[in-house]
Amino acid sequence: MSVRPYLPCSEVIGFLADYIDRVLPPETIVEFERHLAVCASCVAYLASYKETIRAARIAEDVIADAPEELIEAILRSRLQ
Amino acid sequence: MNTTAQEPIVTDAELVARLQAGDESAFEKLVRTYMPRLLRVARRFLSSEEDARDAVQDAFVSVFKSIKNFEKNAQLSTWLHRIIINSSLMKLRSRRRRPEQEIETLLPRFQEDGHQVEPSTPWTESAQTVLERAELRDAVRKSIDQLPESYREILLLRDIEELTADETAEALGISKNVVKVRLHRARQALRTLLDPSMRTVPA
Ligand SMILES: [Zn+2]
Repeated sequence: MSVRPYLPCSEVIGFLADYIDRVLPPETIVEFERHLAVCASCVAYLASYKETIRAARIAEDVIADAPEELIEAILRSRLQ
Repeated sequence: MNTTAQEPIVTDAELVARLQAGDESAFEKLVRTYMPRLLRVARRFLSSEEDARDAVQDAFVSVFKSIKNFEKNAQLSTWLHRIIINSSLMKLRSRRRRPEQEIETLLPRFQEDGHQVEPSTPWTESAQTVLERAELRDAVRKSIDQLPESYREILLLRDIEELTADETAEALGISKNVVKVRLHRARQALRTLLDPSMRTVPA
């Protein structure tokens, strides 16, 4: 009985976006999970890839201010 | 022009109706309500405060011009969001491109057998610590700024502004497949840039 080869890390990392969006065919997901079960590097990469997206969202979620001079400039341009 | 006291504007539908009727007080209400959100989006795309404010002003000019054509069933906030994204992208296009790093230098490298040249190690910091620590938030924003422009804008549109791949493709005039490829590369490049600050334990 031959053993199925594991997907290479390059393919796992290459299709990570599709994996987290759950748009891969079921048989590919099985292959992904077989790989992740034995590859600490890809597990770390996957976790940090997801964390990158979250960190970007948090960092860009700044409080919005309303400069009065900008409000007035906009309202003035309306009256022109 | 009608600026006399009227019923208070409560819902967006009422606001739109008053705007379409040319009620000046409704325009001020619109600007005061939505300007902060628009400025916040413009600042993500444009590093200069002056450019960001110009983009907001341009956006409202186009809002004033096209409010007549606004469809009753559409969502006002979604419509405004699209307008500020377009005016921010336009402003961005009018700026000279700065020198930038090649995206390839920020992507993971693989050996012939498919293993990463430098295996990834777990991060000790998380998005939660980014939330808690201002200096880490600054570091993340600086890293986003370092991304090559054509990748940075896709990361902003897809992951921050949460446009769909189709909407992003349309806003940028590129194919959905290019959006998909660039988004993945942008996230990978950002991950590379964040790696040193998120991994405090030496590899
Ligand atoms: Zn692997």
